[in-house]
Amino acid sequence: MTSSTDWPLWEVFVRSRRGLSHTHAGSLHAPDAEMALRNARDLYTRRSEGVSIWVVPSTEITASSPDEKDSFFEPAADKPYRHPTFYEIPDGVKHL
Amino acid sequence: MSAALALGDDALVLSHRLGEWAGHAPVLEEEVALANIALDLLGQARVLLSLVGDEDELAYLREERAFRNLQLVEQPNGDFAHTIARQLYFSVHQHLLYERLAAGGGEFADLAAKAVKEVAYHRDHAEQWVLRLGDGTAESHERMQAGLEALWRFTGEMFQPVEGLDAGSGVDWEELGAAWLSAVTATVERATLTLPTGPRTGAWAAGAGRQGLHTEPFGRMLAEMQHLHRSHPGASW
Repeated sequence: MTSSTDWPLWEVFVRSRRGLSHTHAGSLHAPDAEMALRNARDLYTRRSEGVSIWVVPSTEITASSPDEKDSFFEPAADKPYRHPTFYEIPDGVKHL
Repeated sequence: MSAALALGDDALVLSHRLGEWAGHAPVLEEEVALANIALDLLGQARVLLSLVGDEDELAYLREERAFRNLQLVEQPNGDFAHTIARQLYFSVHQHLLYERLAAGGGEFADLAAKAVKEVAYHRDHAEQWVLRLGDGTAESHERMQAGLEALWRFTGEMFQPVEGLDAGSGVDWEELGAAWLSAVTATVERATLTLPTGPRTGAWAAGAGRQGLHTEPFGRMLAEMQHLHRSHPGASW
């Protein structure tokens, strides 16, 4: 059996034919980027035409740390001046 | 012999051989790739055999001598490199042939135009693996070379003209053979491998698979493939 260093993990992002952005579809093992693309095509797109695939080695991705969640994502709700809630919206305005 | 039968049998038999890899491929991703190729080929076989008659009857009730596939596609899987060598030889051939059939505007043009996209992928898959195995470790290089050598003698048969596929269908067999040789040579050399030398005729000199003359492992393959249908004739599933 091959070792995991020979077949590193890749993350796969797929944009469907009518899709606007690439969405993380899953991961797979492949020896290099070319094979990762081909494997992703078989595993995640069923070879539909007109889709775009990105593959990225998992080691290239830096994730935000759950420990820093508070400082990263807490919206500071006690500072209401940060939220655009003080405007009066005229009656005739739609889609705002 | 009908050309549809010859091309259909090629696809059917190779599809069955690739199906034997299910659960045994080196890695999960490769397992899916081989199964995909097998399914593509089975789909092609169904269309082609339907042109000839009842596809189930043709697949399950013909004797070995009635099959018209190339001897190359009936060869056992061997190791992974062996399977890849078989895929390289056949898929390059099939890709070039279907391209010509699609452009030729003959009886098989529509069918070939649909299949040629699938086959282009099969060819790419095989070429990618020949490069990786040939230019990989010392052992993978040796095995890939051994696979190419072992199957070389079956490659000449691919360029014997198939009845019904003449100039009118867009196929010039001599030109097809030359195009195949140059494509295979390019891949083999890029993979740091050596193109095998030696004769390119099948195990049977007097004709070969296209005349219903097959190699010994084919009978066992058919026995397995046809067993259920022959045990329960007329059953529907």
